[in-house]
Amino acid sequence: MSLLSVRDLTVSYKLQSGEVPAVRGVNFDIEKGEVLGLAGESGCGKSTIASAILRLLPEGTKVGGEVLLENENILEMKPGKLRAVRWTEASIIFQGAMHALNPVKRIGDQIAEPILIHQQADEKEAMVRVGGLLEEVGLPQRRLRDYPHELSGGQKQRVMIAMALACNPSLVIADEPTTALDVMVQAQVLKLLKELQRDLGLAMLFITHDLSVLAEVSDRLAIMYAGRIVEQGPAEPVFTDPKHPYTRALAGAFPAIGDAQYRMKPSGLGGDPPDPQNIPSGCSFHPRCPVVVAECSDTDPILYPAGESRSAACLLVRQPAGASTTSEVPGD
Amino acid sequence: MGTRRYLFTKVMQAFFTLVFVVCFNFFLFRILPGDPARILARNKLQPAEAVAEMVRDFGLDQPLFPGQFVNYIGDTVRGNFGISYKFHRPVTEVIQQRFWRTVLLLGVSTLIFTVLGILIGIWGAWRRGSAFDIGSHTFSLIGYSMPEFWLGLLLLIMFAVIIPIFPVGGITTTSPEYTGLRAIYDVAGHMVLPTLTLVLAYIGQYAIVMRSSLLDVLGEDYVQTARAKGLRDVHVRRRHAVPNALLPTVTLIALNLGFLVGGAITVETVFSWQGLGLLEYEALRTPDYPLLQGLFILFSVAVIAANLIADLLYGYLDPRVRVA
Amino acid sequence: MSTPSQVVGDIPKNARQIAWIRRRRALKRSWRTFRGSPMGMIGLVILTIFALTAVFAPLLAARSGLSPVTAPGQPFQPPSGQYWFGTDHQGRSVLTLVIWGSRVSLAIGLIATLISVFIGSIVGILAGFFGGWRDVSLMRLTDWFLVIPFLPLVIVLASVMGGGVGGGGLGLTAFVIGITSWPSSARLVRSQTLTVKERPYVERARALGASNWHLITRHILPNVGPIIFANTILIVAIAILSETTLAFLGFGDPNAISWGRVLDEAFGNGAVIAGNWWWVIPPGVAVVLVVLAFTLIGYALDEILNPRLRRR
Repeated sequence: MSLLSVRDLTVSYKLQSGEVPAVRGVNFDIEKGEVLGLAGESGCGKSTIASAILRLLPEGTKVGGEVLLENENILEMKPGKLRAVRWTEASIIFQGAMHALNPVKRIGDQIAEPILIHQQADEKEAMVRVGGLLEEVGLPQRRLRDYPHELSGGQKQRVMIAMALACNPSLVIADEPTTALDVMVQAQVLKLLKELQRDLGLAMLFITHDLSVLAEVSDRLAIMYAGRIVEQGPAEPVFTDPKHPYTRALAGAFPAIGDAQYRMKPSGLGGDPPDPQNIPSGCSFHPRCPVVVAECSDTDPILYPAGESRSAACLLVRQPAGASTTSEVPGD
Repeated sequence: MGTRRYLFTKVMQAFFTLVFVVCFNFFLFRILPGDPARILARNKLQPAEAVAEMVRDFGLDQPLFPGQFVNYIGDTVRGNFGISYKFHRPVTEVIQQRFWRTVLLLGVSTLIFTVLGILIGIWGAWRRGSAFDIGSHTFSLIGYSMPEFWLGLLLLIMFAVIIPIFPVGGITTTSPEYTGLRAIYDVAGHMVLPTLTLVLAYIGQYAIVMRSSLLDVLGEDYVQTARAKGLRDVHVRRRHAVPNALLPTVTLIALNLGFLVGGAITVETVFSWQGLGLLEYEALRTPDYPLLQGLFILFSVAVIAANLIADLLYGYLDPRVRVA
Repeated sequence: MSTPSQVVGDIPKNARQIAWIRRRRALKRSWRTFRGSPMGMIGLVILTIFALTAVFAPLLAARSGLSPVTAPGQPFQPPSGQYWFGTDHQGRSVLTLVIWGSRVSLAIGLIATLISVFIGSIVGILAGFFGGWRDVSLMRLTDWFLVIPFLPLVIVLASVMGGGVGGGGLGLTAFVIGITSWPSSARLVRSQTLTVKERPYVERARALGASNWHLITRHILPNVGPIIFANTILIVAIAILSETTLAFLGFGDPNAISWGRVLDEAFGNGAVIAGNWWWVIPPGVAVVLVVLAFTLIGYALDEILNPRLRRR
């Protein structure tokens, strides 16, 4: 039984202009201690998934499907149970720690808060725990008396990580944890996350638009486009031998420093991600696809098997070797 | 040490503002167009010697600098503002007698409309779009557009004349004179309508500001973080959202103090509440220049002091300004 | 570099024309957005009604109704078929007073606002544009003025200049309100000037050798203009409230009927004691409606100029 099982997740926002489908049927599993990387451009719905898992979306948002955490469906939990589960079983490291910390409270209090809320310790013990957590993320203990504005971007992110670990969750959702940081700091924070994940045996959902980051950190990868997963599989094969044209473009878009060949290979992708209210017919990627064929504009591909534990939602993947059946690949 | 520097800066600023006001007050009455003696004597049929005496009293026969100015500073520092034309007593004495009545009225009103206004604003933001929210927002807008004294007149006609529940004016009933507990009850009765007027007039602004700043705060990421941590909505609001949303409200309180003084003047006039506001009205109808001058300084000092308190309070609430 | 020579039709002749065409388009867009705001439209409708009342006052109510000598009614009469709002202490129809009062109240409000915004804008632009010690000193001055309580200051000024109650004309009231309410405009204009000053086209113009005057009039002003305009609307609301209060306290020309003056006369002639609600309510309602109208329009304009993301 997987730690986290997402089944047919759909999320639609209600705007003045109508309903906007941000997530259109997503399936994936995360095992205990496994890191699943979720990649895609802005607007593809990955951050929405992060919020959806713990039911943090704004009121009025339509959510369908199931989110099974330890086999219990979060989407149907009663409020009391939901609050108890939040942070103790799964926590989030939010995008942009600049604003995710309360500016008028000391960070020590903010880290201790979930510990006290979930009654895992009394005040004194909680502060001791906080000190320990700060050290784990590489900050001196005395910093717990500081206010967020007294910390640098990288330090704030470390505080967010410490806070996410406060109640010993089994799953940590990291939503673009390094995006807003300088490159040097990015590397440090990434290293920290890797170590913590390994030492504590955490399961992680690592969300980012930077595929090269994921290649280092994840066990498995899932690539998202226009609200759906278009490719998934073990990290290395997906990165080095992508089956979906979009993945190929993403993988090529991020230069590896020192890769002399990169400058010679044209890569990158023209056009913009589709407007969620105006998703193209057939395969949502076909207007930008470099290997598009006629069928692509009227047939909507599902995830076809593409190798060992791999799948990709591309009609061209379906074709080879005659053994193509349009059988659905469950997200295993 | 950031805190100490912040404190020092704010106190210094208040002090310099005070100095400016004192000097400004001097020029107001002396350097404006027109011969000061004529200004003093306008609207009064005074024989020449009486005017000459006023000129001497006012020290206007001395050169402006340094003579008059030095005298003025000396007098002001000692609290000597001369003799009131209307009451024929020292200005300071006249003011002192009426001082606490205004403090009572303004103090109680401010407490009520600040607290209630904030609560209404919070509730309106939390239940955005509800009947309560729309209702309170509309009510606030109307209250903002209304001259406070007009509201006072209406309340007076409504509840003191047409339906005679409350007295028509004054602070106490003159006959019979009450003592002890009955006296307190009597004053309270007289206080209801003027307090109600001030509360209704100003509560709207606080509700609006609190509501909009809370709405802004609710969109911030750290509120999301708080919810994700498993806090109940009540606690998210109380511990994270409101403390941040209060900051603009404190600023507003400071900004509004000047207008509150104006409100006190007109409302006390309407209700014949013999405090400093009514005193200002009586002074301007005379016109009693020494009294006007003294009151002007007093009102300005009060607003400066209150602004300083508000600044300090803000510094306490928001750690970010202490470092800046 | 060649300037495109004159061509027939819509094609603009030079950069100046392009700028104006763009501005006109932006104006049309703003108007359309404004039309979509219910608050703004309500405010506009109310304001139009009052503006028309003020302009066409002589057609709506006989001027003779203002003079106590020629006023036809009996004093202190409650509303009736003939006098919808009853009469005042001199037998004048309160309705007539309210209609004619719109002229004075609106006029003083507008004049005072023009003075206030004019001073405030100059101070704000100078402080924001030049910066340095000029900025610091101007802003220090502004802050000091902001602290001084408004009504006591106005009372003192009006007293000293006009010799107290009953003296001084309409101009004085407008003038006094104008010179005491400029600080808030100044701050707003200054911060907007600072924003505009940092924009790339200003830097470019400066690099090309534009004079300060050119920069201010051709670049800063047109971009600060809309904000000034929106702010002006809100200031009018405050000015009218201030005028009403001052008139109530007794300032201004006693023969000029403004809504505040009517309330002053009502109060001074025992309307309260006698329970003459018809005398007190209409002028006040008029003030509330007009001030509300300006406030609503001001908010709607603010929404247009500072669009915030529509939170669901």
